[in-house]
Amino acid sequence: MAKTTSWEIVMGLEVHVELATKTKIFCSCTTEFGGDPNTHCCPICTGMPGVLPSLNRQVVNYATRAGLALNCEITRYNKFDRKNYFYPDLPKAYQISQLYLPICRNGGVEIEAEGGGKKIIGIHEIHMEEDAGKLVHDPWTDSTMVDYNRCGVPLIEIVSEPDFRSANEVIRYLEKLKAILQFIGVSDCKMQEGSLRADINLSVRPVGSDKFGTRTEMKNMNSFKAIARAINGESKRQIEVLEEGGTVKQETRRWDDNKDASFAMRSKEDAQDYKYFPEPDLIPIEISEEVIKQTRNSLPELPEAKRQRYVSELGLSEYDAAQITTSKYLVALFEENLAAGYPAKELANWIMGEVMRMLSDSGKEPEEMGFDYRYLGALIGMVQKNEITRNTAKKVFKAVFEEGCDPVKYVEEHNLKTVTDTGAVKKAIEEVVAANQKSVDEYKSGKEKALQYLIGQSMRALRGKADPQTVTAILKELLG
Amino acid sequence: MVITDELVTYLEALGRIKLPEESRAKAQSDLQEILQYIDTLSELDTEGIEPMSHALPLTNVMRDDEVQPSIPTEDVLANAPAQKDNYFLVPRSFE
Repeated sequence: MAKTTSWEIVMGLEVHVELATKTKIFCSCTTEFGGDPNTHCCPICTGMPGVLPSLNRQVVNYATRAGLALNCEITRYNKFDRKNYFYPDLPKAYQISQLYLPICRNGGVEIEAEGGGKKIIGIHEIHMEEDAGKLVHDPWTDSTMVDYNRCGVPLIEIVSEPDFRSANEVIRYLEKLKAILQFIGVSDCKMQEGSLRADINLSVRPVGSDKFGTRTEMKNMNSFKAIARAINGESKRQIEVLEEGGTVKQETRRWDDNKDASFAMRSKEDAQDYKYFPEPDLIPIEISEEVIKQTRNSLPELPEAKRQRYVSELGLSEYDAAQITTSKYLVALFEENLAAGYPAKELANWIMGEVMRMLSDSGKEPEEMGFDYRYLGALIGMVQKNEITRNTAKKVFKAVFEEGCDPVKYVEEHNLKTVTDTGAVKKAIEEVVAANQKSVDEYKSGKEKALQYLIGQSMRALRGKADPQTVTAILKELLG
Repeated sequence: MVITDELVTYLEALGRIKLPEESRAKAQSDLQEILQYIDTLSELDTEGIEPMSHALPLTNVMRDDEVQPSIPTEDVLANAPAQKDNYFLVPRSFE
């Protein structure tokens, strides 16, 4: 095949989201993350013979909520099915899932398309199922260690249509999905704790072709950055195979972010036969029109509506509004302080500036911001009242962000208040002038730069706690 | 559907079992008989009848989302053939 062919990437996503219920889907063990191995277990979630599952009502509520927020049709008559597979992370040797009648179908999420405009990513279906246990390789015994704390934690699997054409579109969709699910309270979507995990089905085809190429499935994706790298790596690999005249094999591949490459998983995976059949231990679930109506009415304002309102009512820029509404936690930081009376624009500037910078420097997600959100308002308040300078405020915010310090106390303890005693400011500047005769002469002979130096020295002498405009005014006055 | 010898081999693989050589032929004919028995159903006209997955005339039996105590870890692990540091220990299952 000629090297000049340009290729199009086609992708579909399967996103697993752990629901924020208190208990597991079929038993009353806690779903709390972490915990010592095998401490959140009972006979049901460890698959002891003879036990029966007991469905958690909240799982059905949350799945319905998610479906409505993602514009899906809700299935009125639901059943569960058994997916049989033999692997130690699943002690029953089957996963209870939904194959024939998934709870939600035919939805969609709107994203910004590559090159401007909007694009709808179709959602084929959402089904309810249980999570599996965690496997840890033990190099000393060359065996596998199994922890069933996560086994039975409720999941929804959101299956998209093959509507993605670039890594950017995938990331935008995932950001949107994450924001929506967090806003409606059905999941915390913490990727680092595995509560949102994406599998990517990817194929390539010559631009203009309307047939799909052979796809591979990539698992093991735990951050947006890893997902973007995996998409780029795997699409390049497939294009290379095809350009060399080879064929892409349909297989499951594991993305290794450290090696920046994907690897075929054991070929046994190919011959999977899940022997699905209706789950005999659970009776059907009917969702009435009334329940659907109530659920729809109970949905909060979704990120898209917030974004529009921030622009039209609060006067934020399109970009700022879009960025803030990507996260429930940034929105909470914004709205909590807005409600306390701080100006929208100033809050947005702080969030888009210092907050985003601290997040990116620390590699943290907004949900990991451990400080009291009211502290941002307190800090802005101190700047408004001229108690601290803007520069000092930025330094104090670092302590707020990193250590959760109360900014008012921090300013007191570190003696950072702006020096408002003009006598003290004047005295400090007089000392600087006396000690820098050379610069004074230079300024008097017309060198503007010398004034900047003297301002700098004065600010340093005052440890940055004076208002720079006041300092400049006093200096000019002293130098005549 | 015809139960072939290959199908018996496939079913062994799915069930993670190995039939003794002398039982294979019997298993094959037993399975064929079971299928024939079930085939009786195809004599009936099932046009327009929803498949039934449950015999009970019940729906929506669910429990509230309230945490109950789990069981002690030593009980969880009581039947584990091997364990280490409160984990179940199983044959290596990573590639």
